[in-house]
Amino acid sequence: MKNENILEVSNLKTYFKIKEGIVKAVDGVSFSLKKGEFLGLVGESGCGKTTTALSIIKLLADNGYIEDGKILFKDKDLTKMTESEMLPTRWKDISIIFQGSMNALNPVMRVSDQIVEAIQLHENISDKEARERVTKLLELVNLNTGLIDSYPHEFSGGMRQRAMIAMALACNPGLIIGDEPTTALDLMVQAQIIDLINDLRKKLDTSMIIISHDLSIITEICDRIVVMYAGKIAEIGTVEDVIFNYKHPYTEKLIKAFPNIYGEREMVESIPGFPPNLLDPQKGCLFADRCHKKIGEICEKVDPNLIKIGEKNHMVACHLWGGKDE
Amino acid sequence: MNLNYLSKKSSHSIITLFIVITINFFLFRVIPGDPFAMIAKAGNLSAEYKEELSTLYGFNEAFPIQYVKYLRQLFAFDFGLSFKYRKPVLEILGNRLMATLLLAFFAQLFAIILGTVIGILSAAFRGKKIDVAALGFALFIYAIPAFWLGIVLLSFFSVKLGILPLNGMVVAGLSHPTTWAYIKDVVHHLVLPVFSMGLAICGGYAIIMRGSLLDVLTEDYITTARAKGFKRKDIVIKHALPNAMLPMVTIIAINLGFMISGAIQIETVFSWPGIGRLVYEALMARDYPVLQGAFLIISLTVIIANFIADILYGYLDPRIKYE
Amino acid sequence: MSSNINRKKVMKKGIIRFIDIFKENKMGVLGFYIIVFFLLVAFVGPLIYSYNPQEFAKGGLIAPPTKGFPLGTDDMGRSILGALIYGAKVSLMIGIFATLISVFIGTFIGIVSGFTGGKFDSVLMRITDGFMVLPKLPLIMILAALLGSSTRNIIIVLGLTGWTGTARLVRSQTLSVKQRPFIERAVSVGAGKGYIMFRHILPNVFPLVFSNTILVAAGAILTETTLSFLGLGNPLMPSWGQILRGAFTSGAVSIGAWWYFVPAGLCVILLVLGFALLGYSFDEILNPKLRRH
Repeated sequence: MKNENILEVSNLKTYFKIKEGIVKAVDGVSFSLKKGEFLGLVGESGCGKTTTALSIIKLLADNGYIEDGKILFKDKDLTKMTESEMLPTRWKDISIIFQGSMNALNPVMRVSDQIVEAIQLHENISDKEARERVTKLLELVNLNTGLIDSYPHEFSGGMRQRAMIAMALACNPGLIIGDEPTTALDLMVQAQIIDLINDLRKKLDTSMIIISHDLSIITEICDRIVVMYAGKIAEIGTVEDVIFNYKHPYTEKLIKAFPNIYGEREMVESIPGFPPNLLDPQKGCLFADRCHKKIGEICEKVDPNLIKIGEKNHMVACHLWGGKDE
Repeated sequence: MNLNYLSKKSSHSIITLFIVITINFFLFRVIPGDPFAMIAKAGNLSAEYKEELSTLYGFNEAFPIQYVKYLRQLFAFDFGLSFKYRKPVLEILGNRLMATLLLAFFAQLFAIILGTVIGILSAAFRGKKIDVAALGFALFIYAIPAFWLGIVLLSFFSVKLGILPLNGMVVAGLSHPTTWAYIKDVVHHLVLPVFSMGLAICGGYAIIMRGSLLDVLTEDYITTARAKGFKRKDIVIKHALPNAMLPMVTIIAINLGFMISGAIQIETVFSWPGIGRLVYEALMARDYPVLQGAFLIISLTVIIANFIADILYGYLDPRIKYE
Repeated sequence: MSSNINRKKVMKKGIIRFIDIFKENKMGVLGFYIIVFFLLVAFVGPLIYSYNPQEFAKGGLIAPPTKGFPLGTDDMGRSILGALIYGAKVSLMIGIFATLISVFIGTFIGIVSGFTGGKFDSVLMRITDGFMVLPKLPLIMILAALLGSSTRNIIIVLGLTGWTGTARLVRSQTLSVKQRPFIERAVSVGAGKGYIMFRHILPNVFPLVFSNTILVAAGAILTETTLSFLGLGNPLMPSWGQILRGAFTSGAVSIGAWWYFVPAGLCVILLVLGFALLGYSFDEILNPKLRRH
């Protein structure tokens, strides 16, 4: 690898073609990820975070396509690869953990078989060796290895999620994407999974992108945060910068929407209004009509660019801090 | 095997069986007209025979007593005597049932394979020409009366082309030198009925398979399979199909009632000596014991087949198997 | 009462919206036109092309199509085209009336069973299951033979055997409507059971019943055709099924007289298709679970 960035996303634009027109789900997103780094992708439903993730592994729906931009993974541009070229990259280099829904694992296949098939798809090893790997993986995620031949429905939600994590690690990928990895779990189990991920982090050097609408999870696991809104990045920076030194009004609202367990018992603020229509996005800043810190006409006329503020690559797209042409 | 599931399905089947037996009983007793007239319609019966029958069936007595007599006879496997043939009904039913099972089995097999393939192609290429054509085909098949399909195919392959036999299970009156010759003759006669009946019922399977597969393809584990790097073809066959086939088992069971209707029609058109045709013949001859017996046997077969399908499903779906 | 006026307004709006959505549904529109076509054939046809089933031997027997007889003749020398036109009304009428009976019974049982619940519901549904398991065609054949083959009896028999699907459907819909808060409100206000079932549940169940009715009609027409083919129909009211019976018993099939049985069959298929397309399109529009997304 030339530089230490395992992933570089530049100006990614992913659109969806529907009957009424084109939905600009992701419209100019750029960020990078260093080896071993954990990046959090945060925002409301529909802001484009899952679409960004799916764009990376090129797993979009049939009507989705990458309009523009580059996705460099270990210096290979994934946007230029065809479907058959992508197949070896999937899971071996980049794997993904989905929301721990009831059906994230195939109900009629044993858990062991599901992990074994993932390994054998990319590596030429015997069944016996593959099973040994699976046993080690289950140990890694604190699952009882005696359950190796169970069916998914015999696992609890937390156990299924651990199995998914084990499966995601099976081929030693450089990058794992976790799409709402804790959302479907109850709080106690969520805490366990977070501990597990932090624990694994110490043992392995896999990079991770964690997608969540739950800011508290992100702050516990990640190094850096990307705040997305309406398909664009609102703010990006380290966890300290974004949480304690936020610059974008949307980030502020997002943080204030989560009650602070140590703080005063005050009313949680919600964000008034609705997310914008991505089919026919209005001019100017897409957060303008919900923004409580609008500075004037410029917010409605000009779409702010991401500009750097502070030292450690803290960037924000807001006219409050400049953000016109660079 | 999950005992809870097994016992639940068993009891359900038995209860349904009793309801069917009861309905069967009432069917022939509660119809307007006096029971003697029913027997009288069968032709000339001697006064003593009428006397015998009325004691046998208890026509003079109150319903509850008749019902008990009826049940007792059933459990002794006494289905009575045929008015027309003067032979035990059970004997007549036996042979005909075999012929129908033969026809039904192969027709069902053909229908399932054809329907499944069409359904898979339809779902895998949703929205494209294959899908539209397949849906059109399935709908068309649904609208065709089975007997008409039989007639049309008969007139084309038997009459016009002359390559397949016109009727019966074997060439009438021919004695076969070897068992193999017999089998060949039967198979030769089976082709057209099986093809007609299979074609007539495959439409439902195609639509169900399509729906089931489309549902499965939206599930999360399919996205996981895609993320693992499997080719689309492998995903459909290795991951989606095993899940999509499960509802088919239930549908096959539900379809059995529809199959009986098909069997009656096809057997009539092709003069196939099965139980479906027997119903028709007995009806024409007003042979009520045979009719009642046939009706009961058919219902029993449907209940048993449903039960087997339930057991099979319980075995195939790990969610039920390992409870 | 103002609530009644509002009700009518809301209903009217709903119907207009439904028609707008329906116009977009190609499948449904096609089905609709097919049915309209056959309705025209059935009611206007006889005024244009005269046919009398009692008149025999006008043309040759089982003669191929000629100028005078565009679709040939049957085994009694009557015009097959005439029989088809005349039979359209019979097939349609029997199918529709039988359907009305089935749907009425099924809806009634479904609502009462679903709303009453408890043991009554279980028992009723078990009996319905028993009925569903009974092989339908043999049952219909037996009833038809025992009751006699008048047209009225055929309609009754078809009606009495076709309700199980509707009953199950209506019952499950009733169960979900029963949960809605306005039902609870009605009960607490003291509304009688019958009133609730009729005034509140029925209107909410109705859209589903409507699409189901059309599909039941498709099945009824098919069943009547089969019944007539098997010789259990009314020979004096020649439906398309009767024509096909004539073709079969007269041996027309074995001599390849395609004009006798192919057109009649095609008519049945087309009409049933029409109902099926219409019914499925209604289902698509009215059943929220089936929406594409």
